[in-house]
Amino acid sequence: MKNTLKMTLAASSIAILTACGGDKEAGISPQQFTDALHLVMDSDRAVYTKKVVGRLTKEEKVIKASEHFMDDKALPLPAQMFRFGAETVAEKTDEFTYSLQSLWPINSQNAPVTAVEKEGLQFIVDNPGKNFYKEETLGGKNYFTAIYPDVAVAPVCASCHNDHKDSPKTDFKVGDVMGGVVIRVPLG
Amino acid sequence: MLFELVWSQDKSSFLIGEATHGHHQIELACATCHTSPFGGGEVIQDACVGCHGQELASAEDSHPKAKFTDPRNADRLAVLDATECVTCHLEHQNEQTRAMGVTLADDFCWHCHQDVAAERPSHEGMEFDTCASAGCHNYHDNKALYENFLVKHANEADVFMSAKRPLREAVTQYLANNPNTKALTVADIELVEQAPGEVYQHWQASTHATVGIACNDCHQSADGIWQQQPKIQLCQNCHQQEWENFTQSHHGMRLSDKLTQTLSPMTPAQGRLAFQPSSLAAEMTCSTCHGPHELNVEKAASESCLSCHADEHSLAFEQSPHGQLWQQELAGEINKGEGVSCATCHMPVVEQGKQHQVMHNVNHNLRPNEKMLRTVCMNCHGLAFSIDALADKDLIKNNFLHAPSVHIESIDMALERLK
Repeated sequence: MKNTLKMTLAASSIAILTACGGDKEAGISPQQFTDALHLVMDSDRAVYTKKVVGRLTKEEKVIKASEHFMDDKALPLPAQMFRFGAETVAEKTDEFTYSLQSLWPINSQNAPVTAVEKEGLQFIVDNPGKNFYKEETLGGKNYFTAIYPDVAVAPVCASCHNDHKDSPKTDFKVGDVMGGVVIRVPLG
Repeated sequence: MLFELVWSQDKSSFLIGEATHGHHQIELACATCHTSPFGGGEVIQDACVGCHGQELASAEDSHPKAKFTDPRNADRLAVLDATECVTCHLEHQNEQTRAMGVTLADDFCWHCHQDVAAERPSHEGMEFDTCASAGCHNYHDNKALYENFLVKHANEADVFMSAKRPLREAVTQYLANNPNTKALTVADIELVEQAPGEVYQHWQASTHATVGIACNDCHQSADGIWQQQPKIQLCQNCHQQEWENFTQSHHGMRLSDKLTQTLSPMTPAQGRLAFQPSSLAAEMTCSTCHGPHELNVEKAASESCLSCHADEHSLAFEQSPHGQLWQQELAGEINKGEGVSCATCHMPVVEQGKQHQVMHNVNHNLRPNEKMLRTVCMNCHGLAFSIDALADKDLIKNNFLHAPSVHIESIDMALERLK
């Protein structure tokens, strides 16, 4: 499985390089890699949030979305969909990891843990529209860590967090940075 | 020694310690877990997941490996490597193995959750060896213990007025999916002369006759040769899911397709519980409980169990409120579904999507016993009553003879947070 993924990544790298007119020998930079990954993640999640959850729960009102979607026979929340994807990736490769974190997490396990996560999550809140990139050492290994702002793209993002009894922040609005997507790539 | 290592089927000299309650039945099928003499922890890990992975997934495991492989958890993993089963469940360490096969000290939750009181003031001062032992939390399966579930089912009655177990519906479903099925009688089949008369009577009254399964369907091999005693593996041709679950249980694991060598069926003599002396040589196959021709599911639901099991809990069954209800159902004094047999709790009818099936892995909902809450207890009892009952060890021994005498405060705490 890992070999398959490596080949896929290699193929993606070549495609990106060709598009950018870059040097094949040099390969793509970790930042190009995480930027591309984030573009896919962010787009897929926005589509799921708007065209599946938003449409079916708010416009057509045919099904609910619920944190306990199995018991409630409902749709998984967009953040859960994202996390399940991250866990599935983690089962298949150690080439990169990603997670959704926040300074105001509903689940405290999603609060920043490392110094870089803490610095980066604060940076994207203080600097709207900007990403944060830094190297860090964890467990004796070096990583390139990229943190992208995660913005409330639909009213339901803000209202659901504001109404949750475990949410440390209750005044989110559409367009606010609610947290960040943290993507980590091992170096060397 | 060299002979044993290389050629002999008997590897007992290599056992480094007695295997756990869950694995001793197959402890001499070494290569089932030790799949390669080379390689590291991943070899054992793959074996663990090979047999237990599906169960963990269906439990919506609260601590899957995938949650811990993110490098942000490197500091935590250095203290407690939650990516490998053997960190907590070390085999062949019988002297330090406790409930659920856990070999780690009971305060393992503390390493990551030591600040829990900051979010849950009600947890202030609680001992860290009680998280997973007080009926509140489990490491893997919390499907009936999460906060919203506790709140949703708070204030339920101890016993529901509508108490009724889900009924078996496999035959109904089969007939609905196969509308051209023709039920058979003795008049429809070619009689096998040497079979005693009662065999035909048993078969004609069985669900096999109802769904059109006759003698040759089981007794005739693919090349047309009569099989006096069909092999047990034949049953799985039609009962695949039942076979898979049965061979994951303590009853049937010695027959599992996943074993790397052939073992004889389990017998009570090989078990570690108390059994009826007369049953010790009984071999556990499908027909042991069901009978090869009568397929009597009522007999299989209690009488078959009690013909072998003789521990305190089993011996107390017939005099218990559950057992009394079962006798009343068998006597036709109450409606079908209102009685409680051994199988009602240990082999429940469970939902899989829109299908219902009898869970043939009798151990599935006992590790830990809170797994019984949703599929078993809550058909008849409120959640609070059920949690308390399952946490009352004396009550389990006397087979739920009276109301629970312990109280677990989890629902109270969940309600308190709503105020």
